[in-house]
Amino acid sequence: MKSLDAVSSEIIDAIAAADSLDALEAIRIDALGKKGRISLMMRDLGGMDAEARKQAGQALNKVKDEIAAAIDVKQTLLASAALNARLSAERMDVSLPSRPEIDARLHPLSRTIEEVIAIFAEMGFQVAEGPDIESDYYNFTALNIPPEHPARQEHDTFYLPADANGKRKVLRTHTSPVQIRTMEANEPPIRIIVPGRTYRSDHDATHSPMFHQCEGLVIGDGIHMGHLKGCLIDFCRAFFGVDDLPVRFRPSYFPFTEPSAEVDIGCTRENGALKIGAGDDWLEILGSGMVNPRVLENCGYDPEKYQGFAFGMGIERIAMLKYGIPDLRTFYDSDLRWMRHYGFLPFDAPSIHAGLAGGAV
Amino acid sequence: MKFTRDWLFSHLETDRPLADILDVLPMLGLEVESVVDRAAALAPFVIAEVISAEQHPNADKLRVCMVNIGAGDPVQVVCGAPNARAGMKGVFAPVGAYVPGIDLTLKTGEIRGELSNGMLCSEREMQLSDEHDGIIDLAADAPVGASFAAYAGLDDPIIEIAITPNRADCLGVRGVARDLAAAGYGRLKPIDTSPLEGNFDSPISWDLNLAPDEAHLCPLVSGRAFTGLKNGSSPAWMANRLTAIGQRPISALVDITNYVMVDLGRPLHAYDIDKIDGGKLIIGRAKAGQTMTALNEKTYDLDEDMLVIGDANGPDDLAGIMGGERSGVSDATDKMFLEIAIFDQIAVATTGRKLNIHSDARFRFERGLDVTSPEWASGYVARLVMDICGGQASHMVIAGDGADWKREIFLASDKFERLTGMIVPKARQIEILENLGFTVREDAAGLQVSPPPWRGDIDGAADLVEEISRIYGFDHLPMVHLPREHVVAQPAVNLAQVRPLRLRRAMAERGLTEAVTFSFLGEKEAVMFGGGDTSLRLVNPISADLSIMRPSALPNLLSAAARNQDRGEADIAMFEVGPVFLGDEPDQQRTAVAAIRHGAVAPREWHGSRRLVDVFDAKADAEAALAVLGVRRGSLQIESGGPDYFHPGRCGRLLQGRSLLAQFGELHPQVAAHFGLRNTLVGFELFLEDVPLAKSRGPARSYLKMSQFQPVSRDFAFILDDGVPASQLLRAVKSAAGPLVTDIQLFDVYQGKNIGDGRKSLAVTITLTPQKATLGEAEIEAISDAVIAAAGKNCGAVLRG
Repeated sequence: MKSLDAVSSEIIDAIAAADSLDALEAIRIDALGKKGRISLMMRDLGGMDAEARKQAGQALNKVKDEIAAAIDVKQTLLASAALNARLSAERMDVSLPSRPEIDARLHPLSRTIEEVIAIFAEMGFQVAEGPDIESDYYNFTALNIPPEHPARQEHDTFYLPADANGKRKVLRTHTSPVQIRTMEANEPPIRIIVPGRTYRSDHDATHSPMFHQCEGLVIGDGIHMGHLKGCLIDFCRAFFGVDDLPVRFRPSYFPFTEPSAEVDIGCTRENGALKIGAGDDWLEILGSGMVNPRVLENCGYDPEKYQGFAFGMGIERIAMLKYGIPDLRTFYDSDLRWMRHYGFLPFDAPSIHAGLAGGAV
Repeated sequence: MKFTRDWLFSHLETDRPLADILDVLPMLGLEVESVVDRAAALAPFVIAEVISAEQHPNADKLRVCMVNIGAGDPVQVVCGAPNARAGMKGVFAPVGAYVPGIDLTLKTGEIRGELSNGMLCSEREMQLSDEHDGIIDLAADAPVGASFAAYAGLDDPIIEIAITPNRADCLGVRGVARDLAAAGYGRLKPIDTSPLEGNFDSPISWDLNLAPDEAHLCPLVSGRAFTGLKNGSSPAWMANRLTAIGQRPISALVDITNYVMVDLGRPLHAYDIDKIDGGKLIIGRAKAGQTMTALNEKTYDLDEDMLVIGDANGPDDLAGIMGGERSGVSDATDKMFLEIAIFDQIAVATTGRKLNIHSDARFRFERGLDVTSPEWASGYVARLVMDICGGQASHMVIAGDGADWKREIFLASDKFERLTGMIVPKARQIEILENLGFTVREDAAGLQVSPPPWRGDIDGAADLVEEISRIYGFDHLPMVHLPREHVVAQPAVNLAQVRPLRLRRAMAERGLTEAVTFSFLGEKEAVMFGGGDTSLRLVNPISADLSIMRPSALPNLLSAAARNQDRGEADIAMFEVGPVFLGDEPDQQRTAVAAIRHGAVAPREWHGSRRLVDVFDAKADAEAALAVLGVRRGSLQIESGGPDYFHPGRCGRLLQGRSLLAQFGELHPQVAAHFGLRNTLVGFELFLEDVPLAKSRGPARSYLKMSQFQPVSRDFAFILDDGVPASQLLRAVKSAAGPLVTDIQLFDVYQGKNIGDGRKSLAVTITLTPQKATLGEAEIEAISDAVIAAAGKNCGAVLRG
């Protein structure tokens, strides 16, 4: 029979030589398992006298602990090696492309309309709507543009067939009819904006048969032209993000406002590039004026009691200026290359608190 | 409206430079559209004298000229013009000059061996006209060395301004000058409007053939006969001004009428007395069936609504629009009858529109003239005619009682400030109005203001406020922020209006790019998508493919997809939120949400995510849109079938109760082919108005009770007839599984010979979440049995063995 030392060193050597967790487990069972060599020796202690049992027992326990400790250490080593081997085998070429992302865009028009809404919301406006197919009355007559008025010729109106009474509807040439519809249905005070589609029978590089406008109407106590000026300057500066943007009011004419003003913003033109801001040139961006008393009367308002202002702007125009989009016609072409370049990511919602400039794309 | 600087200054006495005038015009409401300084481009061109013109030794058609340019030694120029000759005066462009007509900057050159240091120019080379028969041949007294532009009267910049429809008074140069004078930019020079007696009776008289209730159609007309006229060329100052604004000088008499129209905004019409039959000019309505050839040489069919002027031979003048060819003046005219009339603005506009004639006269008449002008302009114009053409003038003949233009408008003392927020002293208000020609009477409550006869646009106090404020200056308007009614802004959109905003984001997040397409389309596409109703067809479309209001947003999306496909985009996913039209009434307009997908869901890539789109992509888009609108997937019923533009076996409708909410499907192959789309094509559409607004229960969510117990799942594979819709099985399973079921997923569909023809296997997993205690095997067993029994009873399904 081998001495305890010989058994012990044999087992310790075997542990050191073990090359897998399975081999190590076999060694453990061979040594410390129920029928293991050390366990059997422990069992043999029962036949010894007390003194010898004590001595042999202590020696055996020491060997047993040493073996157990050696197995633990080896087990950790082997587990770590096995894990490293697995990880090494699992290596991937992370330079391979990741899965394709969804890259869809929102149109600059809907984006711009939302920016306009966000700014006017801040000034207490609400969005109002009206139909694209309008009666002659709402589109013209109620707005102080009677039949054969020269201003009608400037509208290039699309007509629908006359009905049994000879009345023909039109595609609204501006969003102004919603002024009338709103005043007919509501009592002052009124603060509305009306973004929507408008139509004129004109198709060339700078005109589209369909385009978008945003109307505004403010009726209330003591609303005067200074408010019009303040409101539109506040809008222009917020929209273009230029705090000191010069804004100029120029007398003009719209049948439904009196006095009327065109609104210009400052700009510079250098080498064909346009920059919005303080400069030596002006860009016309919207029309405005105090609501004509005739229009108020047509809506059943007493012009001596109520007054206010209205304005209208082309959405495409302000979008082109703000975002540097050169060609009007591209807005309706749905060219995916154009959308990827000029469009907006869906999470990038404009808001007053997070900004209206639009994130990088 | 075009005029030149000197023309303006003929009415405005001012020491202001033109630049100041140009700066202030837009601030008065007269938008400057362009300023063209012809002299700037022609600055290097000087008057020169040809000293000698010798035959070129090496070219038959060229001459070698020595040219005196007024300074330094004579210059040698090789010239090909047939009229180049010694002693003539012409226009010389030196080396370095840019010659606009040939788009060339001149260099010293040799032409067939002879040195040439510049160029003798034709009118075409200077872009003055198309004349190119020879070089310009100036009068013998033309000053050598002087600027040609100055000599030719070209150093007079041309100004074009846009006139808004209310400012008819500024359709004459004098009106512009009056505005400038009122704004403090000079003094309006007086013109002689005194009556001219004349020295014989006019052989032509007026016959106002209008019913008493139609007198307003021609409230006033004056005329005057002239004899012994010499109708040659108009004087250079007049011809130059007309040329500058783009009107070709014709003859003195015609030029005078054109000049006065622009100068005073006062159209005139000149008749040749010898061509008037019967000694009377009759103003009245045309008779149906009559025709007339106008000065533009076109013949027009007249009707009884049209106001015309004619003689015994019938109408020969479209009142206020265009004269007739028969009785107009010619170069040979020596006896003229000159008409100065006022016609009803609407009558002129209506006739002009009907006949589609756009003339300068119509433009002015329909915007409104100075209604007293037939009287005051008569003497002024007669003097101008005789100054230029000599001859004798008759007494004035006049008809009509005149227009009732006098009116008083009350401007309350506080009105100006109330409307503009500006404070302008009353004295200044009065001054501005008076400078504009208004008559002002002050009383305790405010101003009683009478507009002048040339300001028919002034309708009420607001117009007076505009007059004062534009002359005072809009720059003085205060900037007042709109008062805030709420410290924290309220939402600007209501519950219905927020839906498109949220939908757009949701659709884009699903990979659909937003399109904005036209609201109209072509006939074929309209009919294909269930539209094309007569009431929605434009009377005057831009083109046939934009002629009908669209019944659906899908066809224009398909056209857009086809355009993208043609640009090389194979996989296309797009949506639009926009109007569609079921009829022409406001309540027949809908807001459509539509999306299409074409090709594959992903590009070719190594992970294998690419697959072709199918009807379930469209269904998912529709369900996602409805989810944004607050319609839960579980509350929808699904029905197969749909409109004809879908594949009949691959389309469906999503309903809630009986109401149709959305339709989806694979597009019919013939529809795809019509649009030229070559790959698998699916789409959906819903109308927002069909989806009821989700009831607002306030922002708080309902109380969430979460079970503490482990959910358990059970799988079932059912075999059933192929014709039974899966939705029917799912419904049966759900209702049989009872209140504990929290999820049901159909996770496998199988068809194969081993389960028999016309049969399919559907595998379903249900998740049960116990609420009160862990489920025992017996309870699960009972639920399973109920599910199997229900599937069998409602769907004829059996468990797969």
